[in-house]
Amino acid sequence: MNGLKWTYEVDGSDFTRAGEASSNVKKNLRKLGVSPEVIRKVSIALYEGEINMVIHANGGKIDVEMTPEKIDMVLADTGKGIPDIEQAMQEGWSTAPDEVRSLGFGAGMGLPNMKKYSDEMRIESTVGVGTTVYMTVYIK
Amino acid sequence: MQEFFHSVTLDRDKCMGCINCIKRCPTEAIRVRNKKAYIIKERCIDCGECIRVCPHHAKRAIYDSLDVVNQFEYVIALPAPSFMAQFNNLEDVDIVLNALLDFGFHEVYEVAKAAEIVSAATRILMKEGNLPRPVISSACPAVTRLIRVRFPGLIDHILPLLAPVEVAARISKREAAKKTGLPPEKIGTVFISPCPAKVTATKMPLGTEKSAVDAVIAVSEIYPKLVSVMKDTAAHPMQPLTEAGKIGLSWGSSSGECSGILNDNYLAADGIENVIRVLEDLEDEKFRDVDFIELNACSGGCVGGVLNVENPYVAKTKLYRIRKHLPVSLNHIDAVSSEMMWDTPLEYVPVLKLDEDVWTAMEKMAKVDEICATLEGLDCGSCGAPSCRALAEDVVRGLASADDCIFRYKSNITHLLDDLHKLENYIPAPFRPETGEEEKKEE
Repeated sequence: MNGLKWTYEVDGSDFTRAGEASSNVKKNLRKLGVSPEVIRKVSIALYEGEINMVIHANGGKIDVEMTPEKIDMVLADTGKGIPDIEQAMQEGWSTAPDEVRSLGFGAGMGLPNMKKYSDEMRIESTVGVGTTVYMTVYIK
Repeated sequence: MQEFFHSVTLDRDKCMGCINCIKRCPTEAIRVRNKKAYIIKERCIDCGECIRVCPHHAKRAIYDSLDVVNQFEYVIALPAPSFMAQFNNLEDVDIVLNALLDFGFHEVYEVAKAAEIVSAATRILMKEGNLPRPVISSACPAVTRLIRVRFPGLIDHILPLLAPVEVAARISKREAAKKTGLPPEKIGTVFISPCPAKVTATKMPLGTEKSAVDAVIAVSEIYPKLVSVMKDTAAHPMQPLTEAGKIGLSWGSSSGECSGILNDNYLAADGIENVIRVLEDLEDEKFRDVDFIELNACSGGCVGGVLNVENPYVAKTKLYRIRKHLPVSLNHIDAVSSEMMWDTPLEYVPVLKLDEDVWTAMEKMAKVDEICATLEGLDCGSCGAPSCRALAEDVVRGLASADDCIFRYKSNITHLLDDLHKLENYIPAPFRPETGEEEKKEE
């Protein structure tokens, strides 16, 4: 066995379902006996990513791969892309529309939190094509 | 191996082996085996949902009999705040408290009074600011047990204070020993409880080694007896006994404990499913700006306990009515005494883990996925497990067979019939009529 893989389609039209992937991964990690601290990091990073995909990119696809050493997460969307990644990484920077802000989201903490809770993070984005975020959390 | 005591148990004669309770259990702790429900002890959190949902009344709570009153030289009644909401037209809590003395208790110490002390202690601890926010209430034992097995990341957030009933038992026993000169073992503290989780909380406490509560009796059992005593109680002059205010009584229903924080930045959720949703969100840090979280496993809070007699929503209204003219709080403290604090830390009990070793656990999970894919996915419960996934996990844990699935069983029979049919139509060579093929070959 190489590792466990989980794939989730994120529905961009349904806010109430955002968080399903992170909650499912969390449930699995708990059953696998992964430490509470790692579970916390993975589920927060993943949830922020899921919300981002719903707000900015009309959904996308999440691939999670786990080995006993680490958990790799790849969040890929075909949204409008990020023109200036450095700016997007700043705390408080947000391009979320008003209706999303009125739900309590869009505080500009999504990407910074993903960076904070993952051990490694890399963003690839092309305007007009989409964004892919690679995150890794180490188990040991 | 840890010994498990549970107050939720099964009446084997009444159990029909149906699937109502297995579907309802929040920790997937029940299976049907040999036509009877079976509780996996390590997983049970004593929330009482199975007692509530069982149409055959086969799930029972274990509690002490009313005879405990005669087993001690000096007996103290500890009535829960929600107990006061069980009576019709009750205007004065003192009638209930005096009736408890007429019933045979030597003294009454209201849990509502201890609740006010716990509220005051919570305010002090929160002001000191050393507790991770949000602070989660430790009062509902089913919730504390749920967090212990399912939400390890939140254990640090639990308020390290003992529940009001424990505080009531400790204070009243200490004071009674001083007053009567009796040794503590001759003094009995008896909690009048709305819920089975509190029975477990006294037999196997969390946060402390030994509970000061000596016995737990059910509201439903003492209620009819007390009502008949109350008629006489109301006829004679009564002692003024109550020492609890609005905050103390409010603890009997959901958001009551929050009201004692005297800070409106709180969240209160009740009903086990809602509690789980809040805990999931909390674990993902979906809300960061709340100071205090009160969670009750029962809908409506303690008034919703399965050992109560009154409809929870009617009881809530009654509670509001009784407390209406009471002072806000009658109990104040300057400092939090060690008597009220946890002395044993809460530890994560990973009962849902597939294996000790991560690598083996991963292999097992892959196997679970594989088995799951072969099942119908109807989650019908006929195999005795609450869902197809739960069955697949049981198979991997070695506790069940995938053939326990009745759909799979049926398809096995269909295959068997097909094979039989083939065998039936097969004619062995000695009896097989000639087809002419054989002669052609010889030529």
